[in-house]
Parts: sequence; structure tokens; C-alpha cells
Amino acid sequence: KPQLIASSFSLLPSSFLQTVLGAGLKEKLIQQELTNLKATVSAPTTTLRLMKECMVRLIYCEMLGYESSFGYIHAIKLAQQGNLLEKRVGYLAVSLFLHENHELLLLLVNTVVKDLQSTNLVEVCMALTVVSQIFPREMIPAVLPLIEDKLQHSKEIIRRKAVQALYKFYLIAPNQVQHIHDKFRKALCDRDVGVMAASLHIYLQMIKENSSGYKDLTESFVTILKQVVGGKLPIDFNYHSVPAPWLQIQLLRILGLLGKDDPRTSELMHDVLDESLRRAEINHNITYAILFECVQTIYTIYPKPDLLEKAAKCIGKFVLSPKINLKYLGLKALTYVIQQDPNLALQHQMTIIECLDHPDPIIKRETLELLYRITNGQNVTVIVQKMLDYLKQSKEEYTIINLVSKIAELAEKYPFWFIQTMNAVFSIGGDVMHPDIPNNFLRLLAEGFDDEKEDKQLRLYAVQSYLGLLEEEDAIYPQKFLQVMSWVLGEYSYLINDEGDPEVIMTRLHKLLKKTFVTSETKAWIMAAITKIASLNPGSKTVDKLIQEFSTSLDTCMRQYAFELKHLCEDKDLMKNLLPLDASCDDMVVDASLSFLDGFVAEGLSRGAAPYKPHHQRQEEKLSQEKALNFEPYGLSLSSSMSTSGFTGRQSPTGLSFGSDISGNSTEMGQKEMSSLKLDGVKKLWGKDGYLPKKDSKTGKEDKLEAVPPGSTLGGNMVDHPLSEADQEVVSPSEEEKEKQQLASTLFVGLASNNAVSLMGKADTTTQKFKRKSKISETQNSEEVPSIQHDATLSSSPLPEAQSNNNENIQSTEHVRLRKTSLSSSEVLEASISFKRPQSLMEAGLDAKLPDCRLSPSSLFADNNMEVFQPTQVIPSVAASKASLIPSLSEELASNPHSEAVELCSSDTLAVNLCKVWTDDCLLLVLFVANRSSSALKNVNLVFENSEHFKIVEGLSYHFPVIKARSLESCQKSVQMEKNCMQEILVGSLNYHLEMETGLEFSVTLSLIDFIRPMKITTEDFGKLWLSFSNDVKQNVKMSPSQGSLSITLNTLQQKLKLHVVDIVGNEGLVACQLLPSVPCLLHCRTHAGMLALWLRSPCSALPDSLLYQCQKVIEES
Amino acid sequence: MIKFFLMVNKQGQTRLSRYYEHVELHKRTLLEAEVIKNCLSRSKDQCSFIEYKDFKLVYRQYAALFIVVGINETENEMAVYELIHNFVEVLDKYFSRVPIMISCLYSNNNVSKTT
Repeated sequence: KPQLIASSFSLLPSSFLQTVLGAGLKEKLIQQELTNLKATVSAPTTTLRLMKECMVRLIYCEMLGYESSFGYIHAIKLAQQGNLLEKRVGYLAVSLFLHENHELLLLLVNTVVKDLQSTNLVEVCMALTVVSQIFPREMIPAVLPLIEDKLQHSKEIIRRKAVQALYKFYLIAPNQVQHIHDKFRKALCDRDVGVMAASLHIYLQMIKENSSGYKDLTESFVTILKQVVGGKLPIDFNYHSVPAPWLQIQLLRILGLLGKDDPRTSELMHDVLDESLRRAEINHNITYAILFECVQTIYTIYPKPDLLEKAAKCIGKFVLSPKINLKYLGLKALTYVIQQDPNLALQHQMTIIECLDHPDPIIKRETLELLYRITNGQNVTVIVQKMLDYLKQSKEEYTIINLVSKIAELAEKYPFWFIQTMNAVFSIGGDVMHPDIPNNFLRLLAEGFDDEKEDKQLRLYAVQSYLGLLEEEDAIYPQKFLQVMSWVLGEYSYLINDEGDPEVIMTRLHKLLKKTFVTSETKAWIMAAITKIASLNPGSKTVDKLIQEFSTSLDTCMRQYAFELKHLCEDKDLMKNLLPLDASCDDMVVDASLSFLDGFVAEGLSRGAAPYKPHHQRQEEKLSQEKALNFEPYGLSLSSSMSTSGFTGRQSPTGLSFGSDISGNSTEMGQKEMSSLKLDGVKKLWGKDGYLPKKDSKTGKEDKLEAVPPGSTLGGNMVDHPLSEADQEVVSPSEEEKEKQQLASTLFVGLASNNAVSLMGKADTTTQKFKRKSKISETQNSEEVPSIQHDATLSSSPLPEAQSNNNENIQSTEHVRLRKTSLSSSEVLEASISFKRPQSLMEAGLDAKLPDCRLSPSSLFADNNMEVFQPTQVIPSVAASKASLIPSLSEELASNPHSEAVELCSSDTLAVNLCKVWTDDCLLLVLFVANRSSSALKNVNLVFENSEHFKIVEGLSYHFPVIKARSLESCQKSVQMEKNCMQEILVGSLNYHLEMETGLEFSVTLSLIDFIRPMKITTEDFGKLWLSFSNDVKQNVKMSPSQGSLSITLNTLQQKLKLHVVDIVGNEGLVACQLLPSVPCLLHCRTHAGMLALWLRSPCSALPDSLLYQCQKVIEES
Repeated sequence: MIKFFLMVNKQGQTRLSRYYEHVELHKRTLLEAEVIKNCLSRSKDQCSFIEYKDFKLVYRQYAALFIVVGINETENEMAVYELIHNFVEVLDKYFSRVPIMISCLYSNNNVSKTT
């Protein structure tokens, strides 16, 4: 065979090689060569000898990556027709060109069959070789008998190759060679070492799949290994005077598989393993390879103490070796071994620590793998920290995926650590921390991971740990922490029922209620918890005591709770119904129309009660009264009351709907009553215009008992509760408070980044992150313009505007979440009433042009109005030197209405610009990535973080293979709104590699307006739709004199909000729009005495509020 | 299991390649470029085994020539490391001097099989 190889290469045309190599592998040359070859191989005059040369050339071209499929068929022909040498090259070419499933392979079968029957040994050899490399599965039966015969051939090389061919068959079609298993045994006992060695491949494979079937062969393998180790093999098999090392390794593996969990079989191999360890003492790499395998086998089979000891010593040699390759092997062995014997890690701990900081990342990586195996409750923190450190430096995708999943696994494996970390977070973070942190924590706890059992364990541990904390008499915990504790105890204390007495828990909570440092808000949480526990444990003495105690409390709130509890305790069924077990994640079904109250309201009205006035109406009345008293100009007083009064003002767009009569949500109402109660004192509540104090309190209570049948009302209320107060605090924080907040947020960025990677898992970290961000920016903003909040004058500067937006934003999302109205309700509607496709925006643009010709479609949305929703535009634009990189939209896109390009983020090397394009059916984000550096950037990845509000249709990431120096690349992402919101931030990052891994973070603010499109319908359709929508919101807006007629106002709305004016009749106007993809919203406008009455209806409850807010804003601004 | 066997020079040009698992042609070129980039970026005092994607690379340098073997996780790295040397020794024996190896393109198709 070697001679064959040698001669085939000696025939290589040296001129060809020189050309190809000398020319530096120029593509052109190779293409030229390929063209020539193509002509030559297909020419009928080409001799086989020339064909052989062509094949060699083709092989070379293909190896360089140039496909030469035209030659495949000729390779097969050559194998068929050529003389020995030509046949050899033909077979070689076939085995290199084709793959298992290649159709041409079938053409080879006949040739192989013919050659197998040949009397020429070399031909038989060649056929067997090609079969062992590549053969079509379905044609195995055609050659199998021939190859089986070859097992008895007198020549060992033929026997060996036959075994190899059968091995191939076993790999691709094990069933077809089932019947020749005893022939394999014969091969194993063959007098020729080569044949025996070849059969080991088959055995390793078979034993891997089913070790129990081959136990009887253990002794044979042991004997073979003994012979090999003892140097009984011909000296040809030695490698650096080590006898057949690879054969030894193979045998050791087989023994390991056989001896696993089987003491009797293991016993048979103890001696030989011991001998292998002893023999392999020569200082050479290959003996280390054998030793490594030996150690692994010793630790795989049923353990034998003295062997283990010797193996451990061996590992020590590896780990302590100055040779890096051995160190690696040592670590690998240690990783494997440590699962059986963790003490070994202790022996080598110093080495492990050293390896952890080894300059070679591969060693580091292997060390982490080792540490991962020895993680326990105590060291998990440190180990995960080390893993995270490594992660930060790593840029290899596979490593990252691997490590992250390991970290996540650890986090789930050690709920104790998770809870402990969070305990530390809560006690340190205290009340200054962002309310999202406890909320997310509770949500994670409630929603859990995928494994129900693990969830239970986690919750149980939380309950236990909190009970432990509450046991300490004098400890003072932050309010937020206490709230978290009471929620968890309320929801999950039933989990420890076996070992803990609910009375004890309630007594602890009861004690807390009496502590002076506990705020009334926290008390509400605690009461809720007690109520929940009480529902599971009827007839508790503590509850009775508690009811008695607080029924006479001076704190109205507490009294209210005590009464509620009392009523609930009297009606057990209602209580069970109201507070189901472990239902915190179930969606609440809320009858938004409050239809069940109709009778009550009618009754009240018939008894002469004043009709209910919406909140805004009351507000207006109140304002007009105020105006009468303090002689300030109207406008100023309006704005001042609007931005200062946290709760009574228009603090959120949804806040407006609190008062809207029919669509008002009872929970919100109830909640609002409660919060006002606590925050503003009793007096203010009763003082509200339009309320009948007596009726009011009654409704409030009734609502609570009846309005929200399933789901834990109290729990639900409580979770959202602290937000309002926290936001209240944010409005005017003292300097000190601000500093604290900032410190806390920096602190929690670190802590939470831990969580983000490892703990939160399912929790929505994006919103959490973004919200924290928005809050920080808020604080910064308020530092920059501290006067704004207090002066409460409406300034034209965009900053406070953005700030108030943020503020509203946080609250509005909370409310939206609370409502939990799904957008999908519109789909049902769409089925019944069909309306036309959305009016093209271009059309809207043209319509808009009519009254005001100066507005081009593109400038339409790029006016200052849009800036308010895109605070990022405030950032100074790109410097002049980078002028060449100014992004511009393609013509096709530019024909749609779009925003101007805004810089999102930039560094010395890169700049990211964004252009929003409002197409008919989606919002397109066009991102321009400009490479400012003088070198090309490769593998630039743009990734958006997952957002609960938005869905990016094409996936979250985009990959730029290369961005040339000083050039611009762009990508498009179409965004859909998943969850209704006023304005949310989409966070993303750009990662690229230049000397080191760099990431640029950016955020895109998307507002509701980005997703609003005109809906072109007729007046008739409008009427039909109007009646079918249940959610409505009304509001009166004052029109400034400049706005004049209704049509002008509506045109403004049409332009700025992309609405469609359906009809205008007299002083009434109909406007329709839709939230993409297809949630309609209808607007009815009516002017009356300088006021514009807006009435919005939609199938989605949150949409009218949000849209109303936008309309109001537009009207106020114009 | 050995997945592939590569000989690449320092300039990143493939001198010999043999795949034991089918890999598409254009992917081969990419893989080879990546593999050699990985090997070249390592210094002499770093270990000769690299974790690359879901498999491992074992490489050995002879003058300007790298021999890289791609293996899966069941393989013994050191054994493969020595196998490379064995292969080179065999070549050396037949062709008297290693540099000539560059011209011996396709002789390896059986060596790995016998491990």
C-alpha cells in the first residue's frame, strides 16, 4: 500500500503544483484549471492515464474549496475501468468526492462487487477499503456475503479490511450485520493483531450500546490487554517503545464500559489495571494518554480502594505537572473523578485556584467545568461569580451558551442561595429600591420555573427563611421586605403545614402589626396575608383576637380590614371562593362594564341619589371653584394643579378613566379609594365633589366583596399598591433621598445583573432593566431641572416633558397590567364585522396636505410633536467630520412617512442611527450602523432585548458579517405592539469585535402613536362598530380660540396621530383609527361652548385611555 | 471519534484535508479558516487542545505547518496528540524529510482508521 501511495504521488505533475502553489492559489488560476479539466475529462479521446492525472488535480481543487462535481462520474468510471493504479486513484477520488447519500454512489456498487471477486489481492483490498469508507446503506446486502467470506481469507490484510468494512456496516445499518456477531468473536481471537485490533472498534461500539450482552468477553479483553501491556505484541506495534498505545486505550475504554456498576466483572480487571498503571511509568506523552484512560476506567468501574488511591496519585502527577497539556488532562481527569470523590478536589485546591487564573482560557474553562461539579450551597456564589467573570471575557458563542445554562442550572439547583441573595438585596436595598425588584421577585416565585417540584421547594424555603427572620424579636426590616415576607407567607405558608403551625405564623404576623415601625401600607400587606392564611385555617383564635383588636382601631384602614376579615370568616364559602389556594398567577376575569351594579345604581338613583359624575368632570368643577377663590390666571392654575396633584391630577392617562362612569373598573376604584384614604387622610376623600359620602363608602365595600369574584383580590391589590406610594415619593425627593436612590440603583444594577443572568430565568428582565433605567434618567432629569416639579409651570423645554412622560409611563404600565385586557378580543370582533384595509398612510398624508400644502408626507411626522415621544432626539447630532456616514433611507422606504434619523449610540468606531418608518401595516425600524474607523469590522451583531410590549417580527438579532471601513450598513426590523402601552423603551445592543469584544447599548422609545394607523370606514360602519364596543372613555377638553372650528382640530389630530376623519356633521365629528395589527378605536367629537367633548370607544379597554391622552396632548399643544 | 484531519500552513492555506463526516464544501473552507485562526492565536505555552464549538481541536505545529485534528468529547486528547506525531513519523520514514509532506497530499486516509 505505501508503495502505491508513493507511486501515485511521484506521478503528480510537479508543474501543476508549482503553478498552483507558486501563484498563491489565485482563484483565477484555479478556475482556469477547472475549465481545462472539465474540457479534458469530458473529451472522448482522453485516456485513462490522463484521466487519472485529471482526478488528482480535481481532488486538489476540491480540497481548496472549488467544487468539481463534473468530475465525479468520471472518478467512478476510472475506478471501474482503469488498471490497478488508475483504479486506486479512481476509488480514492470517489471516497473523497462523494458522501453517503450521494446518488452517484450506487454506480459504484457493481465495480465493488466485481473487485471483491477478483483474484488480484490488491483489487480486493481496494474494494474493501472503499467500502469501509463509503457505501450506500441500501446496497449492503449486495456485498455482505462477499465480505463475510473475506473474514476467512488467508491474508491478514484482507481479513482486517473485511472487519473494517463490517464496522462501517454496523455503524450505518446495525440490523444488517446482526447475524454475524459470532464472526466478530472469531475476528477478536484472530491470530493477527491487526484483525483483532480492528474488531475492537466494533466491540467498543456494541458494548457502548449494550454492555450487559458482552460481559462474558471481559476475560478475553483482559487477557488481550495483559498481553499488550506485557509486551507480547510484535515490536512493529510499539510507539516510542510503548506497546500498541492506542490499542491499550481502546481496551481500557471497553473494560470501563463493561465494569461499570458491576462488582464481579470489575474484579476481573483489577490486576490488569494495576499493571497498566505500573507499566506506564516512562515519561512520555503517550504513556500519560494511557494513564489518563486508565484512571478514568478505574473510576468508572466498581471502586476498589487501593486502585483508587493509585489513580488519585496519578492525577496529582498530572495536575502538578508544569507541562500545560498534562495539566489540562489532569483537570479533565479531576473533573471526572470528583463526582465519585469530592475530597480529591480538596487535595488539589490550591492548584485549582491557580488554574482558575491561568492565562490560558482553555485551562480556565476546564477549571470552571470542574468547579461546576463541586458546587454546593456554600460555594455557589463564588463559583457563579467566577463563571460570570469568564463569561464577560468570552466571545465564543458555544462557550457562552454552555456556561449560561450551567449558571442557570445552578441557580435553580440552589434555591436557598437564590432566596438568600434576595434576602440580602431586600435588607440592604430596603425601601429605596425600585418597586420592580420585589414585584419581580414575587412574580418569579409565583410563576415559578418549569419544574413544579422545584418551585415548591423554592417557595417552601422562602417561607421557612422568612419565618426564621421574623422570629428575631427586635429586628427591624425595611417595609418592602416586610411586604414581600407577608405576601409569601400569605400565599405559600400552607406548604409547611406538616411541620409548622399556622397559628404560629399568624401570631408572628400579628406581632408585626403592633410594631410601631410598620407603616400603614405594610400593615395592609400583613392583613392580606393573615386573611389568606385564615381562609385555610378557619376558626383560628389569633384571627378572632385580631378582629376584635382592630375593629376598634383608630386607623380606618385597619378597621376596614378587620371588618372585611370578620365578614369573610362568617361566610366560609365566599372566603374560599375569594381566596383560592395558589392562584396568584391565574388571570382575573373582571367585568369591566360593572353590569352587576346596574340594579344597585338604578335603585340608588330612584332613591334620589345624585348621578355619578366622572372624575374629570369633578376635577373641572373643582378647578373652577378654585379659580373663583384664588385670582390667578386660568391657564397657570390649570397646569399647576395638573402636574402637582399626584393622584387627583392627570397623573396617568389611564387615571382619567378612574372616573369614567360605565367603564370604570371596580378594583381600581376600590384601590384608589384606599390609597387616597391612606395618603391624603380621610378628610380629602369625603371632600371630593360629586361623591355622596355615604353611598361612596358603601359602593367601595360592595365592590370589593362582589366585583371581583375569582382571584385573590387583596393579594392583587397589594402587589400594585406600593407603586403608587413609591411614585408619589419620586415626585419630590429630597437631595439626600436622591443620592440614596442612586446608590441603591447602582447597587442593584450589580445585584440584579446577577439575577438577570442566572436567577430570573423566566422573569422578564427587560422591563425591569428598562424601568430602572428610565427611573435613573428621571432622577437625573429632575436634578437638572429641579424647579420644574415644584414650580409646576409648563415649560417648552423637552426635558420636563420627557420626564413627566416617564413618570406617567411607569404608572400607566402598572394600570394596564392591572387591567389585563387582552388585545385579542378584537379578533372576535373582526370576524363579525369586516372593515376595509387600513387606509394607506400615503393617502392620509395626501389628505393632510390639502389643508396645509407645505407639509410633505415625510415632514409630516418629523415635526416637533414627535420629538416629545423621542427624547433621544435631544442628543446632539453627528459631528461634521462624519458627514460621509450620514444615513439615508432607500427610495422605497423614504416614500413612506418616516422620522428623521436619530443617533442612538456611538463610539469612536461605530455609530447607530435610527429611522422610524411608519408603513401601512407595521412600524419599521431602520437601523444604520456606521463604521467610523479605518478598518473593516467583522461580525457585528445587533440584538434587541426581549420586550413584553413589542414583538420584532424578524427575530431579535441581526448579523452584519462585515462592515467596511467608513461605510454604512443598515438593517430593518418591523415591530408590532404585543401589549398595549403608552410608551415603552426597546433596549438593544450592538456587539462587535475589534481588538476586544465591545458592546454598545442603546434604547429606542416607541410610543403608541407609532402603532396607530388610520382606519378608513364609512359612517355607517362607524355606527355599527360604535355600538359593538364596550370600553369607552369620555373627556372634555378646552379648545383654545386659535383652534377655531372642529374641522381644523380634527385635521390636526389626523396629521399628528394618524387618525382618519370619517365624517364631520355640524359640530360633531367621527374619527377612526386602529392600533396595529387591527384593534380599532373610534372617536366621537363634539364642540360645545369652547369645549371639545371627546368620546372614545374600542374593544380594547386600555386603548381609549391611551389615545384620549394623546389627543388631549395634541389639542393642548396646538 | 475523529471528525477531520487538517494540515494547514501558517498563512492559513490548507495543504491537506480529510473529513470523516460529511461537511459541505463551502462550510469546509469556513471551518478551516476558523480552525487555523484559532490555532494561530495560541502561544507555545498554551495547551494544544482547544474547545471549539461542540468539539475539540488537537493541534501540533511542525515548523510552518499545523496539523489539526477535530475530535469529539469521547476522544482522549493526548492520544490524538501523539497520533499526529505518529503520523508525521510515518511520513518521515517514507519520504525521508518532513517538508516534502506538503506534496504528499492524500496518504492519510487509512492511518486514522487504524487507531
